[in-house]
Amino acid sequence: MSGDTFFFYAFSALALLGGLGTVLLRNAVHCALALMTSLLGVAGLYLLQGAEFLFAVQIVLYIGGIMVLFLFVIMLVNLDQASKLQQFGRQTPIALVVALAAVAAIFSMLSKSAVLLPASVSLTPLTGGNTETVANVLFTDYLLPFELVSILLLVAVVGSVMMAGKRTE
Amino acid sequence: MDSLFAHPLFMPLVLTAIIILLFPLVAGYIVLVERKVLADMQVRLGPMRVGPYGLLQPIADALKLLIKEDIIPTNSDKVIFWGAPVLSCFCAFSGFTVIPFNSWIHIADVNVGLLVISATSAVGILGIILGGWASNSHYSLLGALRSAAQLVSYEVALSLSLVCGVMAAGTLQMPLIVKAQEQQHIWFAFENYGLMWIAFMIYLIAATAEINRTPFDLPEAESELVAGFHTEYSGFRWALYMLAEYGNIFVVASVGVVLFWGGWLRPFPNVSWLELPMNYGVPIALFGGSAWGSIRLVARLKDRIQQIVLMAVIAGMAFVALLFAWPAFNHASVSVFWFLFKVSMWVYLMVWFRGTFPRFRYDQLMNVGWKVLIPGGMLCVLANAIVGMARQ
Repeated sequence: MSGDTFFFYAFSALALLGGLGTVLLRNAVHCALALMTSLLGVAGLYLLQGAEFLFAVQIVLYIGGIMVLFLFVIMLVNLDQASKLQQFGRQTPIALVVALAAVAAIFSMLSKSAVLLPASVSLTPLTGGNTETVANVLFTDYLLPFELVSILLLVAVVGSVMMAGKRTE
Repeated sequence: MDSLFAHPLFMPLVLTAIIILLFPLVAGYIVLVERKVLADMQVRLGPMRVGPYGLLQPIADALKLLIKEDIIPTNSDKVIFWGAPVLSCFCAFSGFTVIPFNSWIHIADVNVGLLVISATSAVGILGIILGGWASNSHYSLLGALRSAAQLVSYEVALSLSLVCGVMAAGTLQMPLIVKAQEQQHIWFAFENYGLMWIAFMIYLIAATAEINRTPFDLPEAESELVAGFHTEYSGFRWALYMLAEYGNIFVVASVGVVLFWGGWLRPFPNVSWLELPMNYGVPIALFGGSAWGSIRLVARLKDRIQQIVLMAVIAGMAFVALLFAWPAFNHASVSVFWFLFKVSMWVYLMVWFRGTFPRFRYDQLMNVGWKVLIPGGMLCVLANAIVGMARQ
């Protein structure tokens, strides 16, 4: 087994086990940690694909930024009470059916993958750095979607400021 | 044997081992410098007992911390309590991987080097937050909450100031940032007709806040929260937190030096007649002068062994000064000297901050972060982008 294959399985296991832990653990802080592990696994997969920029941004934004905010909120919750509450609603049968259907769909896709996907993909090495390539693509080919997303984020920021501002008056 | 030296992993592994073995000692001596400088500012003597003028104090402190009883509170979350200082320390040391000590001494040359350092420093805060929470104590939890809020507020300003530097350099790769300054014949702190100076000041403030140093050390405010997030920690675990803190100081200072102070370049790298006074004069004057100045201190010591220890230290400094007078050695190592010299200046500046500024109140901290640094950082990015484009 080559190094890349080993790391692929290691990071995938990290991502999947982290996901399972997020759902199954009872303590909310442990869940947040499991989610972080999962995100770290995904970041590792980005790195294996040669997307260094995405790898670093995934860690800075998701683990360093968003998960810190998650923890901030979780710490303000009374965990002793929260962990005694019922963890799952009564949607278990429906959820089971949906999950099984999704798994079936994925497996049927995978069984056809020999037809859909080429057996081996030859990666063309990037000219220039990873970051520069991402920037070039974002600001030339995908400029309109990029600006639209920026406006969406701005609307969200303004909205959250409005919601926070009303309560203090 | 040759194939061993030529192996691509040889240099990185040796350097990693050196940093891991040496940095705890360096951190101990940064603590000693900090205690001595603070003592001097407050008209005290500082540590004086262990070794001549307290020179061996860090070693005594380290031994004490290692043999202290290891206490874990009964109601703490044991696994997280155990793992949090390890996480902090791990992240602080990960930051060292991309620091360029000179044009070829670095562990890894990653093309997103600067982002890797922001990532490790952002994740390192998790160690503080989790440690504070896992201790199951109110003071620790308050310290952890403050730390989280502070990180989120200052991370943005820090990134904005980094963006200014990256715009001037045109790359995220640490050695190339320094080489860009070599080509443009200017340290980026003075680039764009002085506009980059604003970015530099924002970086200095935000970085101090990011690593929880005074005047932004609210997570461990000893007058309000006992010791903040590490109230329940003692012995070696506490030492790990301290090691992480000083590791972070070194990393943050290195990033500042690489981005704004020209990395391993000597001052005025393009003025050739300055090479002799800068590359030979400064290190020899520094080490030789320190040795010369310390000679008169020997006579004041009463104890025979302490005199011998101080004499050995003086001989060591004189030897280093002589080494720098030897052209072959000087040529090979003067760039590392300049890098470490600038980093030391930065660390010294942070000690000054601790000695001079009173701690911010929580609302003041938030005001400075959100109302001054972030809008200021955005304006700074805009101004630097316009001026930088116009100059091209």
